[in-house]
Amino acid sequence: MNPQLLLNVTIFLPLAGVITLLFFPKEKEQLIKIWALFISLVTFLLSVPLFCSFRSGVSDIQFETLAVWIPAIGANYRVGLDGISILLYMLTAFMIPIAILASFHAITYRVKEYMITFLFLETGMLGVFSALDLVLFYIFWEAMLIPMYLIIGIWGGPRRIYAAIKFVIYTMVGSALMLAAILYLYFLNHNFTGIYTFDILKMYQLSIPFGKQVWLFLAFALAFAIKVPLFPLHTWLPDAHVEAPTAGSIILAAVLLKMGTYGFLRFNLPIFPEASLYFTQLFFILAVIGILYGALVSMVQDDIKKLVAYSSVAHLGFVMLGIFAMTVQGLQGGILQMINHGLSTGALFLAVGMIYERRHTRLIEDFGGISKSMPIFASLFLIVCLSSLGLPGTNGFVGEFLILVGTFMVNKTFAVLGTAGIIIAAVYLLWMYKRMMFGTITHEENRKLVDLDLREVVALISIIIFIFWIGIYPSTFTQKTEASVNHLIQRVKKAQVNLQLENRVLDFKSFLSFLADDNKQAGGK
Amino acid sequence: MGSFIWLIPVIPLMGALINGIFGRWIKEKAGVIANLTVFSSFVLSIIAFTRVLQGEIFNGDYFSWIKAGSFEATFGLQVDQLSIVMMLVVTGVGFLIHLYSIGYMHGDPGVARYFSYLNLFIFSMLMLVMGNNLLLLYLGWEGVGLCSYLLIGFWYEKESAAKAGFKAFITNRVGDFGFALGIMLIFTTLGTINYSEIFSQTDKLVSAGVLTASALLLFLGATGKSAQFPLYIWLPDAMEGPTPVSALIHAATMVTAGVYMVARFNPLFSLSPETMMVVVIIGTFTALFAATMALVNKDIKRVLAYSTISQLGYMFIGVGVGAYAAGIFHLMTHAFFKALLFLGAGSVMHALANETNIDKMGALYPKIKTTAITFIVAWLAISGIPPLSGFFSKDEILAKAFAYSPWVWGFGVAGALLTAFYMSRLVFLTFFGKSRVAHEVEHHIHESPKVMTIPLMLLAILALIGGWVGIPQILGGSNHFEHFLAPVFAQAQSHLHFSHPSHTTEYLLMGMSVLAAVAGISLAYLMYVKGSIDPLKVGQRFAGVYRLLYNKYYVDEILNSLVYQPLWQASLWLWKFFDNVIIDGFVNMTGKLMLLLSFFTRRIQTGYVQNYAAFIILGAIIILAYYLLM
Repeated sequence: MNPQLLLNVTIFLPLAGVITLLFFPKEKEQLIKIWALFISLVTFLLSVPLFCSFRSGVSDIQFETLAVWIPAIGANYRVGLDGISILLYMLTAFMIPIAILASFHAITYRVKEYMITFLFLETGMLGVFSALDLVLFYIFWEAMLIPMYLIIGIWGGPRRIYAAIKFVIYTMVGSALMLAAILYLYFLNHNFTGIYTFDILKMYQLSIPFGKQVWLFLAFALAFAIKVPLFPLHTWLPDAHVEAPTAGSIILAAVLLKMGTYGFLRFNLPIFPEASLYFTQLFFILAVIGILYGALVSMVQDDIKKLVAYSSVAHLGFVMLGIFAMTVQGLQGGILQMINHGLSTGALFLAVGMIYERRHTRLIEDFGGISKSMPIFASLFLIVCLSSLGLPGTNGFVGEFLILVGTFMVNKTFAVLGTAGIIIAAVYLLWMYKRMMFGTITHEENRKLVDLDLREVVALISIIIFIFWIGIYPSTFTQKTEASVNHLIQRVKKAQVNLQLENRVLDFKSFLSFLADDNKQAGGK
Repeated sequence: MGSFIWLIPVIPLMGALINGIFGRWIKEKAGVIANLTVFSSFVLSIIAFTRVLQGEIFNGDYFSWIKAGSFEATFGLQVDQLSIVMMLVVTGVGFLIHLYSIGYMHGDPGVARYFSYLNLFIFSMLMLVMGNNLLLLYLGWEGVGLCSYLLIGFWYEKESAAKAGFKAFITNRVGDFGFALGIMLIFTTLGTINYSEIFSQTDKLVSAGVLTASALLLFLGATGKSAQFPLYIWLPDAMEGPTPVSALIHAATMVTAGVYMVARFNPLFSLSPETMMVVVIIGTFTALFAATMALVNKDIKRVLAYSTISQLGYMFIGVGVGAYAAGIFHLMTHAFFKALLFLGAGSVMHALANETNIDKMGALYPKIKTTAITFIVAWLAISGIPPLSGFFSKDEILAKAFAYSPWVWGFGVAGALLTAFYMSRLVFLTFFGKSRVAHEVEHHIHESPKVMTIPLMLLAILALIGGWVGIPQILGGSNHFEHFLAPVFAQAQSHLHFSHPSHTTEYLLMGMSVLAAVAGISLAYLMYVKGSIDPLKVGQRFAGVYRLLYNKYYVDEILNSLVYQPLWQASLWLWKFFDNVIIDGFVNMTGKLMLLLSFFTRRIQTGYVQNYAAFIILGAIIILAYYLLM
């Protein structure tokens, strides 16, 4: 099959799976689970050739499909992958089978609906990472929100309704502004070029005046910063993670948070490069606060899931730091760290889920001495923790180190503060590990815990393989992204010159004129 | 050489994987596998050593590890005179300790896990000393830190062991924070992290004004790993691990990594007198400070731990004053006699059902003779009695320290006196005097099996004669060791100028340090064997000092109340107040505000047509008024 077709097939295969699942009788739960797993596995296996045939050293979009979709407004069906999206696409396809595998015992009611929701979610996520048209992107973006809302709201814990609504409202606030900005961009493009189009690549060719860039940048940034989540917009995350079922947490951490950072790379940096440069300091500050704040708050948690949730705030802070460093090292590290966080934190939630299924508690104090009763789990869990705290030889180190080097080159202060975050990462993870796994068994229930079964070992080991692969030979992955990263940096560097020439006054008046501007005057440029 | 030296670290890694994955089936055989792998690495190291002796040096890359833009870290190894000395110590002493472990860990349910960790440690340590760039050094550095963490907490069911492992890892991370920043600073300035490329452009570091900063940052890493003030706090607690681990990791090899680092970076350190001074001051202070704590401690392993911290201080004095070869020389002899002391302590514990309190020992000499005699050799070596190994290496450092500053020499000699005293106290209380062993333990006292005593004997021979490779000229030797290492330190020697003291001065200095050692031993003899001075009375006379020393200067307590507790409370506040009350309060308030607003707007929707009609008319009037008036 040619890769172009393969891309389309993998995006919509899960949706096809949803349709087939509709015909399954509700009671055949085992069959439904296996079928969903099968569909997601095939999706992953079909996407592997995409990765292999993806040419490195090329910054262009690959495997592109372009078809007229809604000609009246100039919206097209345009999908494709470049260095920015290829790894995230692969990560999504890889994590879904694992998440489904993790749901085999954890989901006890409405199994059919659950699997349908999950596969629907997969198409949404794959679509977000491959869409090259703003309308298409927005549809996938919103389409993905609904299944996640359902997963938390139906299969979640006791406070699931609060968490689900908080998740949706937070995300909606951002999405609404993004939609407004998309429409603004659409008309702006028409004024510049005379063409009505939602094509993202066409937007890259615009040179938008600084006075407009900043506001558009902020509208997009808010939507993405909530998703990241960037401090102080992170409070939906601990609630969502704690209430979501294991698989929901895995996908939330591994893929959904990356939508935010991906958005910055896909939209903010290339379309609004001057504004991105202008706001660099702000994002540095928020990222570093996120790193330290997330780590410190993580340290004092007594609920394992909350601990991991806050650690995500810290980890994603690193990604943001790398992105806004706008150096090759920073961006390469940032992209790699998105994958790393997906793998490590996904695996952490997976491990937490395994132990939750056995003890039905997530309080650290309810454990202690588990190494004795579950030695295999103890070893695998330790590897995952070490990867999350960035031990050299694991994936976490490569990403974090590149980010910090890239940041150090442009701003030493933030690099120093970020590096300090690595100390605290070791504290909260190993402190949790010690309290859970070491010491004597204090609760009788823990003595009889059964060690992992084959299904669970397979799920964890398949992630651990990549933890070491990226840790020891990251070039397999970084070479695919390098050309696109270089291209992006050149774009931003060009903007640096413009930025010095622009009038950079930002106040309420300039905001009003941005709103009132009918785009006609600006069109001359 | 490149064709086989990669096997030296890789073979133990294979051993670690085999023992780690198949451990539950092979159990005790894990020890055999682990020993074979380390022995193979030792043999290969010897082959490499013969090549280096013939003047062959290897430095080459195998594959690219991390590459992004101009940043590249490779998997590249370097075998030069410095690396080979370290490799021989790591694999040689490492093998003896592996051998000993077969006996010591016999019957432990986690024996396969133990040998897996131990092999992993050898792999990491070899990467540390063989890597040809900063990032591989960092890889090995964190790798040995991980193994240290795992092995300290090996008996994880013991709360104190688990805690000690955690403390070790975190304290080291604080040091690594500096190390990592040092790497970044060097890369940002020079565009490379490869040793040879860094050393060929040290002038650029100078002109960028970051030389001192980068050297100090690296040194911060060294203070963590090598347990120097103020990051020494983890090492005494690390004694929770199995005793062979203390011998291998916390005495002979890992803790010397910092000394290796400073020696490796001699082209940088020697260019920055400020940094050298910092290294010397930290080293001198730690050497004395740790020795004072060893004076009163009652735990055989902890006394040795403080002694290790103190001896590492001496090594830092050596590399700090620019006597790199002397520092490495002491590193090597220390590896022999300190490993021997720890293994001896392990043999004592083996005989006494794991008793570590020296108050409950005594008169063990006749019962465990091999252990006692080898222990005595090590004791004389560390005390600096000629012609044992410790004498030559310590003396070399002190002579160079005198040339740097007589003060440093003075403190060093004072430390030597303390060392001789506390070591003698340990030996006398353990092996001589009256037996204070508990009755139920008394009958079971037995010498350890051959697999444990043979390593003791071999190490005793090394502790005895290991110093003869570095006999100084004035004693009729030709200091082969220093000449062998000279090429590695050639670049530094070009900026360092030692004033050469006259032969008379040298003899005098040597005499003084021997005198200090004899004085220390004599004093301990009077106190603990002869009984002419009552140690209890001395303790009561200086009760304040005694309490201060016995409580380790209250450093752990101070850190707890000044650092850990405030950080914990602040983090709790951030979570419970800032996150839950302020941010979430704002979020929830937005929701409530919407409800409130809709409470009013809902009122308008009465459902009565006449109300709506009234609103329409009202609206029309307002619009009309607006147009008429404007």
